[in-house]
Amino acid sequence: MSQIPVLIPTSLLLTALLSLLAGLVSRRAGHWIALAGVTLATVLGLMGLAHIWQGGDTVRYALGAWLPPIGIEFVMDPLAAYMVAIILVIGLLVFIFAPKSLALEAPGKEGLAWPAKILVLAGLTGMCLTGDLFNLYVFLEIAALAAYALLGMGSAAGALATFRYLLIGAVGGGFYLIGVAFLYFSAGTLNMADMASLLPELADSRAVQAAGVFMIAGLAIKMALFPFHTWLPDVYTNAPSAVAGLIAPVMTKVSAYAIIRLFLDVFPPGFFVEGIPLLAVVGWVSAAGILYGSILAIGQQDYRRMLAYSSVGQLGYIGLGVALANPLGMIGALLHVLNHALMKGLLFLVGGAVFHRSGRTRIPDWQGVGRRMPWTMGAFTIGALAMVGIPPTAGFFSKWYLLLGSAESGAWIWFGVIVASSLLSAIYFFRVVELIWRNPETDSAAQELAPVPEGRTPASMLFPMAVLSAAIFLAGLLNVAIVRALLSRVAAPLAGG
Amino acid sequence: MMAWIQHWAPLLAILVSAVGALLIILTGEKRRNLRESWTILAAVTKFGLVASMLPSVLAGAPPELRLVELSPGIELALRVDAAGIMFALSASFLWILTSFFAFGYMRGAGEKKQTRFFAMLALCLSATMGIAFSANLLTFVLFYEILSVATYPLVIHAGSDKAYKIGRQYLVYAITAGMALVAGIALVLGAEGSLDFVAGGFISGSHSPVLLWTIFLAFFIGFGVKAGVMPLHSWLPNAMIAPTPVSALLHAVAVVKAGVFGFVRLFGYTFGPELSQAMGAATFVAILAGATLLLASFIAMTKDDLKARLAYSTVGHLSYIVLGVALLAPTAMLGAAFHMVTHAAMKITLFFCAGTIYVHTHKKKVSELDGIGRQMPLTLFAFGVGAVGLAGTPLVGGFVSKWYLAQGAVDAGQPIFLVLLLLSGLLNAAYLLPIVVRAFFRSSPEHTKLNEASPLMVVPLTLTMLLAILLGVWPDGIFHFFTLGEMVVEAVTGTRLSTSGVL
Repeated sequence: MSQIPVLIPTSLLLTALLSLLAGLVSRRAGHWIALAGVTLATVLGLMGLAHIWQGGDTVRYALGAWLPPIGIEFVMDPLAAYMVAIILVIGLLVFIFAPKSLALEAPGKEGLAWPAKILVLAGLTGMCLTGDLFNLYVFLEIAALAAYALLGMGSAAGALATFRYLLIGAVGGGFYLIGVAFLYFSAGTLNMADMASLLPELADSRAVQAAGVFMIAGLAIKMALFPFHTWLPDVYTNAPSAVAGLIAPVMTKVSAYAIIRLFLDVFPPGFFVEGIPLLAVVGWVSAAGILYGSILAIGQQDYRRMLAYSSVGQLGYIGLGVALANPLGMIGALLHVLNHALMKGLLFLVGGAVFHRSGRTRIPDWQGVGRRMPWTMGAFTIGALAMVGIPPTAGFFSKWYLLLGSAESGAWIWFGVIVASSLLSAIYFFRVVELIWRNPETDSAAQELAPVPEGRTPASMLFPMAVLSAAIFLAGLLNVAIVRALLSRVAAPLAGG
Repeated sequence: MMAWIQHWAPLLAILVSAVGALLIILTGEKRRNLRESWTILAAVTKFGLVASMLPSVLAGAPPELRLVELSPGIELALRVDAAGIMFALSASFLWILTSFFAFGYMRGAGEKKQTRFFAMLALCLSATMGIAFSANLLTFVLFYEILSVATYPLVIHAGSDKAYKIGRQYLVYAITAGMALVAGIALVLGAEGSLDFVAGGFISGSHSPVLLWTIFLAFFIGFGVKAGVMPLHSWLPNAMIAPTPVSALLHAVAVVKAGVFGFVRLFGYTFGPELSQAMGAATFVAILAGATLLLASFIAMTKDDLKARLAYSTVGHLSYIVLGVALLAPTAMLGAAFHMVTHAAMKITLFFCAGTIYVHTHKKKVSELDGIGRQMPLTLFAFGVGAVGLAGTPLVGGFVSKWYLAQGAVDAGQPIFLVLLLLSGLLNAAYLLPIVVRAFFRSSPEHTKLNEASPLMVVPLTLTMLLAILLGVWPDGIFHFFTLGEMVVEAVTGTRLSTSGVL
């Protein structure tokens, strides 16, 4: 048990290497090794989650037996266990989905795609599990570099968009690193727990304050929090579906995780509220981002671009929940990390399945797809209802906690933004729902389009979509269990204030 | 086994038609007789389950069931009280008749997409039962939202540009209402820490008036849209583009009554009569409802399209109920509760007649109905009964409910509303009776031979007509609706009315 925190990222790193080597011999072998590695890591992640879920203590592992604060520590607490489980389960489902989709959208590059995907997962899980601020940066860059390779794989436009992402992402990573350096020079440690014990005395130092600003700003860029979102729509639109389906649900969330980690466990309580009111800034830009993303999503004609703008809005929910700085808001933000991963993952996979069958990405061309792909479009409808926030889907409950949190803090404008954005989401999602179920044979409003070719959506695509659809309902109906077992423990430090 | 069913009956009554919807989809168009039998099986089972809970409700021991927690401390909780079972009984009973009618209508009119139609109708009934049995506001809104979404495919059923346009309007109204409700409920939870319905209300008057009014207005939008209270009503006449069985069951009984039922829960079980009175919220709603019932009657007179006329009539009659609840006088509440049932029976009869006429003769306009009574005497007779009932003639259910509403207006010391009720009764007669007169006393070469429509449609509409009459001559005779109404009043106001269903 005590090795789980370190085993997950290291086993994934090893898998990446093996998968790359095997891929040189046979493309299929590369995929199977990668799949086996992700499965193993997922099992480990779920074991860790089960341990924490049952009330188990935080699991700590000192790398190379160098005890912290000297050595690097891996820590699995409720927050890390929760994030790792989300990352790996989504990762595994996307892995099952990916072969048929990638073969079409990035032909001939699968041999590189599998190790790169594994590296993304290794980087993201590592970010969540490490107890060391600099080590977090290392994992962040591992994930980012692998993600650049993956996102640019699909097309020339994708490569160009990814290059922009690379430039912006490098700035974000750089800001974070500058912050870490300031902290290291002020406190003389990189271990998070050690840092947390030293910082209260240093909270008035300009260097520490500057470090806080640099780190949060850098992570906000990585998270694509409005107005740092500009790289995101182009990247998501042009990436292969099976890549966007991995990156969109989890990657930005892990940067959000890092912000939450700094806020809850590294900087002193109240540092970002009273010392430097950075959280208020995060809250207001999040609120603006929610409206901006939702409004721009309404006008999009490309399915993946619509999802991308929707993500800009949805990330705002997470930022807003964190900025509320009360337990209900934090629970809403964390629950939305899970819910959005499920919903957006599902919706990107749906896009991949439709492209696989019909080659269509423009929303107007989706008219009548429901007749030929009823299960896929059923999954889309569930995802859309969840994005709008119709109970009992998961999407309702994160908004519910955010509303309760806003009401508790008296943040009435944010309260109104959450309500308004649900209506905006309804507009851009029901637009698609309306279209996909139109039937040229019975609906006079339907135009004659070339029908979707006969055929079957492969089971390897249907299975992950079915699991995610079911999970959207389960995460909704069982949200209180998740909150009690994990999230209220994470948010507990906020309850005192 | 029996004890097990008894324990889980509230949940089973909700789930049975959701399972039915799934079976309907899986069976599909190719085996439509099997598909239709799922509808009937689900409808009869649902009604049986609801009816099986009636004795406990009457005995003052409402069945309760607490399920999974939806939010810390707030469960998905069901409680079958007198108000809930009134709503559930009328909706589930009328679903059985509507199902038969719909088989005749959908086949007769050659409608497409029947699998989707019957599946969504079944899902709507699941949501309706959920609304009726909700024990707290969060459970209520959960089913309320499901109902909104499940109704949408039925509204756009025609598949024309117009239908999709109306569908969009419907969604904007329904989603806005749902979000307003969710926001209001979040505020209630923040203020009170509880969401459980309590007869007589659970919101304390000690909060600031701004907060109370914000909550109240959020609820008003949430319920007012579905209940068609002006100025939130305009989706309802448009939604008549849906096939007539939908207009009959959903837009005269289940969906719109869910909004009205929301007002019962709002005034009776959330704010409570005292606070509603003190903060002026009841008066606010009473004025809007009073204006609605008058204006809707005037608009109805101008409509030549039969379903449009009935739709405005529905808008008006829903406001009768809302007004009765908002007057807060025990007799007015009794009238309101009873009108929920009688209006359902009468209006569904009228819609069934309109649908039968359309399928049989393809006539949609009032001006085309000259002499049609000679061709379809039974259908038009039933229409006549529904019409005089809505106008408030004795021996039909509408008289009883209007009597108590009128008495309630007097008891509440608001004689202006008595005037409104009487005036609106006249207007009801003025826009409905000419149709009957035209049908029987004018002649047209088209309709000379006696030729009724399929018994699949004529039998259900005859039965609903008989139900409307039965409710008028013996208000307590069927399912003890009148006693249930009195129980609602006693629970909410603490006043025991000793009418015992005898006029």
